Amino acid sequence: MTFDKISRRRVLQGTAALTLGTALPLRGAMAAETTIGFIYVGSRDDYGYNQAHAAGAAALKKMPGIKVVEEEKVPETDAVEKTMESMINLDGATLLFPTSFGYYNPHMIKMALKFPKLRFEHCGGLWSDKDPKNAGSYFGYIDEAQHVAGIVAGYSTKSGKLGFVAAKPIPQVLRNINAFTLGAKLANPKVTTQVIFTGDWSMPVKEAEATNGLIDQGVDVLTCHVDGPKTVVENAARRGAMVCGYHVNQSVLAPQAYLTGAEWNWEVLYPRFAKMFTSGETIPNFYRGGLKEEIVKVSPYGPMVSEEAKKKADEVKAALTAGNYVIFKGPLVDNKGNTVVASGVSRGQTDPELEKMSYLLDGVIGATS
Amino acid sequence: MKADADTASTTAGVGEFLRLPPFGRKFGAWAEYIVIPALALLASLVLFGIFVALFGKNPLDLYFFMYQGAFGTWFSWQNTLTRAAPLILTALCTALPAQLGMVIIGGEGALLIGALCATSAALALPAAPPLVVDVAMAFAGMIGGGLWIMLSGALRQYRGVNETISSLLLVYIALAVLNFLVEGPMRDPTSLNKPSTPEIGAANMIGSIPGTDVHWGLAFGIIAAVLSYILIYHTVFGFAARVAGGNIRAAKVVGLSVGKLILIICFLAGAAAGLAGMMEVAAVQGRTNANLAAGYGFAGILVAFLARQNPLAVIPVAVLLGGIGASGGLLQRRLGLPDASVLVLEGTIFVMVLASDSLYGRLGIFKGKS
Repeated sequence: MTFDKISRRRVLQGTAALTLGTALPLRGAMAAETTIGFIYVGSRDDYGYNQAHAAGAAALKKMPGIKVVEEEKVPETDAVEKTMESMINLDGATLLFPTSFGYYNPHMIKMALKFPKLRFEHCGGLWSDKDPKNAGSYFGYIDEAQHVAGIVAGYSTKSGKLGFVAAKPIPQVLRNINAFTLGAKLANPKVTTQVIFTGDWSMPVKEAEATNGLIDQGVDVLTCHVDGPKTVVENAARRGAMVCGYHVNQSVLAPQAYLTGAEWNWEVLYPRFAKMFTSGETIPNFYRGGLKEEIVKVSPYGPMVSEEAKKKADEVKAALTAGNYVIFKGPLVDNKGNTVVASGVSRGQTDPELEKMSYLLDGVIGATS
Repeated sequence: MKADADTASTTAGVGEFLRLPPFGRKFGAWAEYIVIPALALLASLVLFGIFVALFGKNPLDLYFFMYQGAFGTWFSWQNTLTRAAPLILTALCTALPAQLGMVIIGGEGALLIGALCATSAALALPAAPPLVVDVAMAFAGMIGGGLWIMLSGALRQYRGVNETISSLLLVYIALAVLNFLVEGPMRDPTSLNKPSTPEIGAANMIGSIPGTDVHWGLAFGIIAAVLSYILIYHTVFGFAARVAGGNIRAAKVVGLSVGKLILIICFLAGAAAGLAGMMEVAAVQGRTNANLAAGYGFAGILVAFLARQNPLAVIPVAVLLGGIGASGGLLQRRLGLPDASVLVLEGTIFVMVLASDSLYGRLGIFKGKS
């Protein structure tokens, strides 16, 4: 600790600011810089959703002329509105990234209307023409990476049973489960994926119970869609099962058991947005992309992945990156026997029908309600 | 009964087991109730400063940013008051039953049920004028939340179930009910990735207090706190409640209907939290979804205990905790402290205030007048 910093001048500064606080807003002190604010719903080091965004923010910190301010564990209430306003009023932020889904409506929309000259970018929301023009939403087709991970899982499983620990039966999650299962079936058409929904985004105890329960039923490869995959990854490895990661690379948590994983690539997207913003170019209001656009990526393969699996996975990854591969291609039947994508129909990534997904495909064991 | 109560109030000693005397009694005792918590607060700030210094941060920076983030600018004040608004109401959910000696910690559940009832009321009145809708929402929220906590009171009165445990477990039931309804029967089919009820409509939203960004929940909270104070300290009903809280057998001997007191007080407590839930819907979220389970109910327990269960003291304590929450963001951004550091401060304050309880009546400077 540094006592030398506690000088008389600092005390005087403090006193002056105490009395003049209302009259002297602190912005303008770093006029030459662009200040970008990041808001996370959980902690920045959760080995998951929030860490992926923080990694993107860390990439911005390396750019010249950019200052990043961050706040973690901000609930999806008016607290996030106040956090945005505080970043604007006290830090001079002009571009904001509230990264959690529940921040979008009404909170970010309200702030975008209140500060029409500033820019707000939201992860996961569905921006529409009715929303403010200075707001935008971006997201990645991470089901592409899940599909590739599914191929690896399908080749790696010995029991033919895969396990998926999921938060809630909402479209984004169902799409991942289905894409993962379709990938696994490319390796072995008889593979099944058993799904357990925990009911919320961060429920470590339930996630551990679900992991154990799945392994007890003979599942030997697991993956998940929860905010922090740490519990699932570590537990699966401890029980001798293999695991595919999610959000970020979790191989450090399970060096042997980690096969591969579906990761966000925000460290590429955020600098891209920052460059557009500082050069005066408009960031598109609705921004989506997958492997091709480098918004998602696949973790490097772990030591247990066979050459055969790598070959097939690389082949599909290359096709997805080139943009000539469709995951949801008919005929597809759900696990209740209804045809959900008719024969001859190809649902490409940008198809709005996929954003409304409400079914689990044949091969998935589980129910959405 | 009124005559009994009046006689009792004049006898010495009855007031001794009550935490706070009414206005107008000994000045010394009042000073004690201000100086001791202030000392506890100061001590916790010093301890927190040392804690932060251990991580290589300058404690003076810390105090400056805390002040700036919470009270240093007009914006900071609004930030603080916005965060304080729901805490006043949820704190009453713990502070009111405490007068009866009950420890209710289920304000979060009453808030969620209140929000659900209020949303249902708004959705059931699609064509009514906004004022009617808002009044209906407020009543629905208060009745829903009130009945929810009354359930804990009834379980205690008629079945001997510990009200602390039952009210806590009812929080999880309330959350399950909310998730079930929001993801099932009440779900707006267009809420794809965030299951929510339909919106109550922009016209029905309650705006801010004029000239500020703070929603009306703050005003309702202050009104509810003042009314609670009057009820507890200046009515026969409140006196009866305090007698029952002090000695339940004595209360029964003098003929007080303890069961009725428990049910009514629990209802009022739950109604306060239910109103907080209604305000979250009508002033902030515009609909019900899992966002409402933000922990306001649990933070309210902390506020009530720090306020020593006094309904009036709940107001400044809620503002203080709102301020800590508001400055927490600035501490993260300017000092690079993790979010958990604010929890360390809150925990330190909590322990210091509870520990300072032992100082009451022992500091010589406050003695000598009675």
